[in-house]
Amino acid sequence: MKYVDEFRDPEKAKVLINEINEIAERLSVGRTRPIRIMEVCGGHTHSIFRYGIENILPKSIELIHGPGCPVCVLPMGRVDDCVKIAERPEVIFTTFGDAMRVPGSKKSLLVAKAEGADVRMVYSPMDALSLARKNPDREVVFFGLGFETTMPSTALTVLQAKKEGITNFSLFCNHITIIPTVKAVLDSPDMQLEGFLGPGHVSMVIGNAPYAFIAEHYKKPLVVAGFEPLDILQSLWMVLKQLEAGEAKVENQYNRIVPEGGNDVALEAISKVFRLREFFEWRGLGSIDHSGVQLTDEYLDYDAETKFSIKSISVADPMSCQCGEVLKGVIKPWECKVFGKACTPEVPLGALMVSSEGACAAYYQYGGIEIDNEEEIVEEAVS
Amino acid sequence: MCLGIPGKIVSIVDVEQQLGLVDVGGIQREVSLSCVAEEGQPLEKYIDEWVLVHVGFAMSVIDENEAQATLAVLTELGEMQQELQAMQQGAS
Ligand code: SF4
Repeated sequence: MKYVDEFRDPEKAKVLINEINEIAERLSVGRTRPIRIMEVCGGHTHSIFRYGIENILPKSIELIHGPGCPVCVLPMGRVDDCVKIAERPEVIFTTFGDAMRVPGSKKSLLVAKAEGADVRMVYSPMDALSLARKNPDREVVFFGLGFETTMPSTALTVLQAKKEGITNFSLFCNHITIIPTVKAVLDSPDMQLEGFLGPGHVSMVIGNAPYAFIAEHYKKPLVVAGFEPLDILQSLWMVLKQLEAGEAKVENQYNRIVPEGGNDVALEAISKVFRLREFFEWRGLGSIDHSGVQLTDEYLDYDAETKFSIKSISVADPMSCQCGEVLKGVIKPWECKVFGKACTPEVPLGALMVSSEGACAAYYQYGGIEIDNEEEIVEEAVS
Repeated sequence: MCLGIPGKIVSIVDVEQQLGLVDVGGIQREVSLSCVAEEGQPLEKYIDEWVLVHVGFAMSVIDENEAQATLAVLTELGEMQQELQAMQQGAS
């Protein structure tokens, strides 16, 4: 328990760990495989690794790291499209830093930049819009990424662009939406999950109501969780308590940030500017119905795909990549053949190695020490 | 990108666009307050309040304790440096 003393309230952490152990022990009677709980959000994944939470949990609990890292699930074909747009001479291509190193089939944005494309890192879509104001003779494209956490900021920026009548700004939209994603996870036969830790900051925007179907229809508990290690422990404990009581409810551990109904202004901006796509391609997971959004007809002038006639083609991941299996929790990152060899955070082959919220990068950074111990858990899980 | 970063509202820059100047770890930048502003309330009311900022947009008003705890976690996760760098770049 080397990390527990760093927690905000170590005493409370110890009590929670004891309780988790006791409930897990009772739940394990007669079970042949571990209790699998998925944290949907990449921020949770990062925190779980940093604080060694897997190592303080009993072996009868297995955390499955979900697909909630938007950079990690970006398919190669979309990165190729980015590069294509960025290499046009009139374009200033703006992106969050996280997306710079995601490999495309030929190159990443970082490489395109080194070769002369005008690719600029921005902190906010607002920065992209101000570049458009300052460079009226250039086309400024913003690479929109992320779940509902970052979707409102893009939506509000598009609204602002329209209000000011700025026409040299457009959005290459790769925003994805959480609910169809969780539903795809639940419908996947590969994944036998007992419960979920729900994303904190996504829920701050959408509220708790959209998760109700998980409890009602799929009969799985979901607890919306904060990012501190203590939040994660407490949320796991809440999931386990529900499991023991045979309940399935949506609970909110993170109510100091997440309002029941979400954020009205943000939701309104999203619904004005975006509509669901028929389907969206995910790296390693294939196509998921209604999981992406695109601009509504009213804002089509701001759509980079329309403006630059981009026809997305899907490109298969390299054969040696096993990102899809890791994303689905079928294998652990270090079981990928190229993990730590051909694929490292410095030279990533797969997108899960790019972002600190990706399971592979997180294992690479923090996980090495305990791998032996984890392998035992996996063997047990399999047997 | 996905984890918000706490900052303190220092001043209001543009009432119409609902922009405020927010101090995040010593770096000041313009942040949109439109998702936290309550209708009919003057924006000035938010000066000195802590907010959770996501890619340039304040998404939630938080108390100081929460802000400090979140800053501590972000520092430990190594996200603080990254965000501050990105912010500085964006401001230029
Ligand atoms: S090690 Fe690299 S290629 Fe293998 S699953 Fe992880 S990110 Fe993908």
